[in-house]
Amino acid sequence: MSLLLTNARLIDPEALTETHGAVYIDGTTIAEVLTDPAAIEARAARALRVEDCGGKVLAPGMVDLGVKIGEPGERHKESFRSAGLAAAAGGVTTMVTRPDTLPVTDTPEQLEFITRRAAEASPVRIAPMSALTKGRAGREMVEIGFMLDAGAVAFTDVDHVVTDTRVFSRCLTYARSLGALVIAHPQDPGLSAGAAATSGKFASLKGLPAVSSMAERMGFDRDMALVEMTGARYHADQITTARALPALERAKANGLDVTAGVSIHHLTLNEFDLGDYRTFFKLTPPLRSEDDRMAVVEAVATGLIDTVSSMHTPQDEESKRLPFEEAAAGAVGLQTLLPAALRLAHEGLIELPRLWAALSLNPARRLGLPQGRLAPGAPADLVLFDPGAPFVLDRFTLLSKSKNTPFDSARMEGRVTATWVGGQEVYRRA
Amino acid sequence: MSFRQSHLLGIEHLAPDEIVTLLDLAAEYAALNRSDRKHGDALDGLTQINMFFENSTRTQASFELAGKRLGADVMNMSMQASSIKKGETLIDTALSLNAMHPDLLVVRHPQSGAVDLLAQKVNCAVLNAGDGRHEHPTQALLDALTIRNAKGRLHRLSIAICGDIAHSRVARSNILLLGKMENRVRLVAPPTLLPAGIENFGVEVFHDMKAGLEDVDVVMMLRLQKERMDGGFIPSEREYYHRYGLDAEKLAHAKDDAIVMHPGPMNRGVEIDGTLADDINRSVIQDQVEMGVAVRMAAMDLLARNLRERRKEAAA
Repeated sequence: MSLLLTNARLIDPEALTETHGAVYIDGTTIAEVLTDPAAIEARAARALRVEDCGGKVLAPGMVDLGVKIGEPGERHKESFRSAGLAAAAGGVTTMVTRPDTLPVTDTPEQLEFITRRAAEASPVRIAPMSALTKGRAGREMVEIGFMLDAGAVAFTDVDHVVTDTRVFSRCLTYARSLGALVIAHPQDPGLSAGAAATSGKFASLKGLPAVSSMAERMGFDRDMALVEMTGARYHADQITTARALPALERAKANGLDVTAGVSIHHLTLNEFDLGDYRTFFKLTPPLRSEDDRMAVVEAVATGLIDTVSSMHTPQDEESKRLPFEEAAAGAVGLQTLLPAALRLAHEGLIELPRLWAALSLNPARRLGLPQGRLAPGAPADLVLFDPGAPFVLDRFTLLSKSKNTPFDSARMEGRVTATWVGGQEVYRRA
Repeated sequence: MSFRQSHLLGIEHLAPDEIVTLLDLAAEYAALNRSDRKHGDALDGLTQINMFFENSTRTQASFELAGKRLGADVMNMSMQASSIKKGETLIDTALSLNAMHPDLLVVRHPQSGAVDLLAQKVNCAVLNAGDGRHEHPTQALLDALTIRNAKGRLHRLSIAICGDIAHSRVARSNILLLGKMENRVRLVAPPTLLPAGIENFGVEVFHDMKAGLEDVDVVMMLRLQKERMDGGFIPSEREYYHRYGLDAEKLAHAKDDAIVMHPGPMNRGVEIDGTLADDINRSVIQDQVEMGVAVRMAAMDLLARNLRERRKEAAA
């Protein structure tokens, strides 16, 4: 099975370039990336199938770090099938799944269940993460070695902070000996207890319990001290405030093995979007001020923040139709990651190749996955999209079982035309 | 008539002319309430349901009396003892209520925004009787009427709001209302009892009470909740009283004719000296309770007029 995709704008997140050309898929991998017209013509003559991309953008599929799937435990919110279909339609070719399932993914047996279910049900790849501590309770570490053998790509307690620094330092030390990546949620648990918003004029006016943006820096500073002490490989799941950025810059400059991510929602929305208690905008951490948002966008543009993800968190209507404080946090994002991210490119805030590196290459590389590259030998996980195609989002058209998107009725630009995983077409826009 | 609201959820949504309309009508009702025939018919035939998800004696009584004086059928539902305990959600409660065809719904809820949520789901006029630490609009309106009665105006006054601002919905509604009416608002509190971002509210902030009360026209005290006293917000009750309790010595810094207000219930000896609270020359605390009924009559009357108007349009 071979396929030549011609007449495309190629995004190469490794070289950080954008060129016009063609990609030749042979079997499950990319065989050639061609930019010379004569070479493309020669290849077209010998290819089994040729598709003219009509000048649309062709790029490595996105590697979405931190997708919550309701299996096991909350299949009414999301299944591997529904998430996989949403991912394929959204241009996400690898879902890096979170261990905050019911029960928590903290044994090799559960990881095997996830891998088996995913293979049966999902059209896109799954790279599962394991909990760092049993039950995400912050007391005993999971069987990190066995979990690695079972395919865990990283270890995280998601939004639970391991408050006991002795436990956390041992986890980091042990993980380091196996080269495992630890992903943490930088947040001071005392300051952030019970918070539903970021403290400031808006939260005060609305009477919402709020947390200072300083809590993120405090959590990050603590973690950096422990990383310096243990030498572990560390990734901060979400850096969302201006105050934490100098600490991140310092950690990298000091040679610590540290990277950081941010959710697309924190790059495109701010605290005022909460409006009159709109619970679809309730996230963890809470949405920040516009100053914070712009600082974080800038950090993605310069490469200080490495990864951008959807932090896809499906919640059913019941858990959102509650008073703000009681409502569940999180938003779905697999299908809105692309058009929301493109807002940043369209506004000229981040160059498309750089943005794309944060969406595909950087998370893949950090997790030790071969995806995210547009180069011979790389897996043929690709997305073809029309970056300027306008539409108004209707949340009920989303393929996720849960429809809790903050972008309902929003005007967006950028639609996926087709998605391939391992050379197989998994989505084609009708 | 310039009152365009379908609900009274907060001061935030009111325009100054709407506030004046409401206070003018409330003043008429205050006169009615002092007459021998305390009865109007503005709410005749309408059903008013008071839903209190949080304990309240005075506010609930005030709303009940206001409704009854205007001829509404009033029902009180104490939601703490009711279905909420059985796991019913606020939305389900709203749907059940709709089936009873209420016209006015008075709601108090411990969570900010809960009354807004309810208002989206019911077919009647909703009055916020206090939601979390968000707003308590009728309290701010009755305070405004009390001030207007005592001072003859509701603009260009210097007003100090003192005490637990951070947890107070009364403070938020008052800051908004007094700001809209172009008064100078001062906040006097220890920093642990001030909300974040307070400097952007268009107010002056004081941590020293004597400085904060200097030459003010109105001293508005807030209740310090018992549960805050040992919550690490202040070192102790006695230190709080020493630094932030209102006594004659601190009040001497205010103007000679400054009035003293308190939304009640008072903690005598914690935030206010007992004799001061009873001083009929300074304290207008009793007037506040009296104006409370009048303001709630006016608010329900205006909302009922708009409700009838909307229903007439819908039928046409």
